[in-house]
Amino acid sequence: MITVNAMGDACPIPVIKTKKAIQALTGSETIEVLVDNEIAVQNVTKMAKSSGGQVTSEKLGEKSFKVRIGMNGVAVGTKCSEEEKEEVCIPDARGNTLVVVSSDRMGIGNDELGKVLMKGFLFALTQLDTLPKTILFYNGGAKLTTEGSDSLGDLRSMEAQGVEIMTCGTCLDYYGLKDKLQIGSVTNMYNIVEAMDSAAKIIRP
Amino acid sequence: MGKERDVRLTQMTRTAGCAAKLGPDILSQVLGTIPKYHDDDLLVGFETSDDAAIYKVTDEIAMIQTLDFFTPVVDDPYTFGQIAATNALSDIYAMGGVPKVALNIVAFPNCLAPAILGEILRGGADKVREAGAVLVGGHSIQDEEPKYGLCVSGFVHPDRIFRNYGCKPGDVLILTKQLGVGLVNTAVKADMVSERSRKEVVQVMTSLNRKAKEVIEEYPITACTDVTGFGLIGHGAEMASASNVTFEIDVKAVACIQDALSYAEMGLVPSGAYRNRKHTEAHVDLGNTEERYVDLLHDPQTSGGLLFSVAPEHVDAILQDMQKKGVDTRVSVVGRVVDRQDVWLRLKA
Repeated sequence: MITVNAMGDACPIPVIKTKKAIQALTGSETIEVLVDNEIAVQNVTKMAKSSGGQVTSEKLGEKSFKVRIGMNGVAVGTKCSEEEKEEVCIPDARGNTLVVVSSDRMGIGNDELGKVLMKGFLFALTQLDTLPKTILFYNGGAKLTTEGSDSLGDLRSMEAQGVEIMTCGTCLDYYGLKDKLQIGSVTNMYNIVEAMDSAAKIIRP
Repeated sequence: MGKERDVRLTQMTRTAGCAAKLGPDILSQVLGTIPKYHDDDLLVGFETSDDAAIYKVTDEIAMIQTLDFFTPVVDDPYTFGQIAATNALSDIYAMGGVPKVALNIVAFPNCLAPAILGEILRGGADKVREAGAVLVGGHSIQDEEPKYGLCVSGFVHPDRIFRNYGCKPGDVLILTKQLGVGLVNTAVKADMVSERSRKEVVQVMTSLNRKAKEVIEEYPITACTDVTGFGLIGHGAEMASASNVTFEIDVKAVACIQDALSYAEMGLVPSGAYRNRKHTEAHVDLGNTEERYVDLLHDPQTSGGLLFSVAPEHVDAILQDMQKKGVDTRVSVVGRVVDRQDVWLRLKA
């Protein structure tokens, strides 16, 4: 029998310890988990059941509980295990890359096609393993961060992950879009030059 | 930027986000001892368990005042700032108002790099700007646990205040963000989170309730609240009891963050969910709902969505408008209002 001592551990540590003990099993075995509160009993019970275990629990004292888990054979995989990551914290998924968007169209040729390509480009950016640090919009690019843009959803998803989104203030003024900015901040030429100067890499669609 | 990102803000705190709220039992006990003020122009005080105070200034303008802060829910300081600000601004939207002026409330340890605080404040400031309000300073103290939030003042027309009571039998209940924030954040703490739910939870917590509020103020909604620390069942039961009606929740219709249900199954359930369940169990009929759904519906939300009731004929138009407006969280029709029964809230499989 294996004993897991999770006395004094705050949520979700008892669950983590139990999961590790279950995963370390090589055959049929019983695991006893000791915890000091009712909530941990319930959470450990859920963990054990979702791994295919037979679970019983008892109260030993005022702040002392025992959860007994019978595992027949090796644990069934928990649903998310294949997606488990090794990082110990939220990694900073941003590289020091600057994306400069100077038009609402990508490439020269047909304008309709150019717009479709630009939408595709911004979507594809969201799929990068390492997101850019900053995306800069100027001139016609300002139409992409303002009302009516098809790319706001993609930009928002990147912003939510910490990508900085900046639009040139002069350009917003020029196109009369100042009140229509939907995402990110307004920037000026000094910041634009500085961002370009400090970037490790600049991408221009 | 490199070094300060190695700090795990969430490790510096024992409880996180709205899960750090004092339990509802303690709260009602303590608040009972505070004298009630009377002023004819005070339109909403705390006796109705609303989220903010509303004070009538003129016949056209009432001022909403609210304050909210908490400990880090994520490790990235900029994102934490965004979440805390989004959450604080939400109280204004939940009352139907427009935020105007915000002040920072900061507690920060001397041992951490000032740049981290700078990032937290930048995140908050960006959200205040997105909300169309202005941020003007604030107050900070030294503290071992970092804490951040906002005091926000906003305006609302005195006749257009969203109340958290007034639901009518026959109304439909709509929730504007998916549930599962507490579950996913617990999975993050346990390093058992999938990449997709990690991303989705940040998006949910940093989405302002602004657009949803702008859609529903065009319709005759009967009541509205925001779903935060007490979970959908807690806030729903509160709204039902204040309206003297019963809510029927269609368990399977409630949108949730990807993988949140499997975290519930794996026991990654925050203690706040159990506390919430205990607090309302006498007034809620869980039926024979699967345990993981019960956990999801009690799950404390940080910066959750708006829950409102409206007559059924408006539902389709509201859902369409939400889409048109670009509300980027998942809006779901979660149930209906029926005549008062023996419980405030009933789950339907």
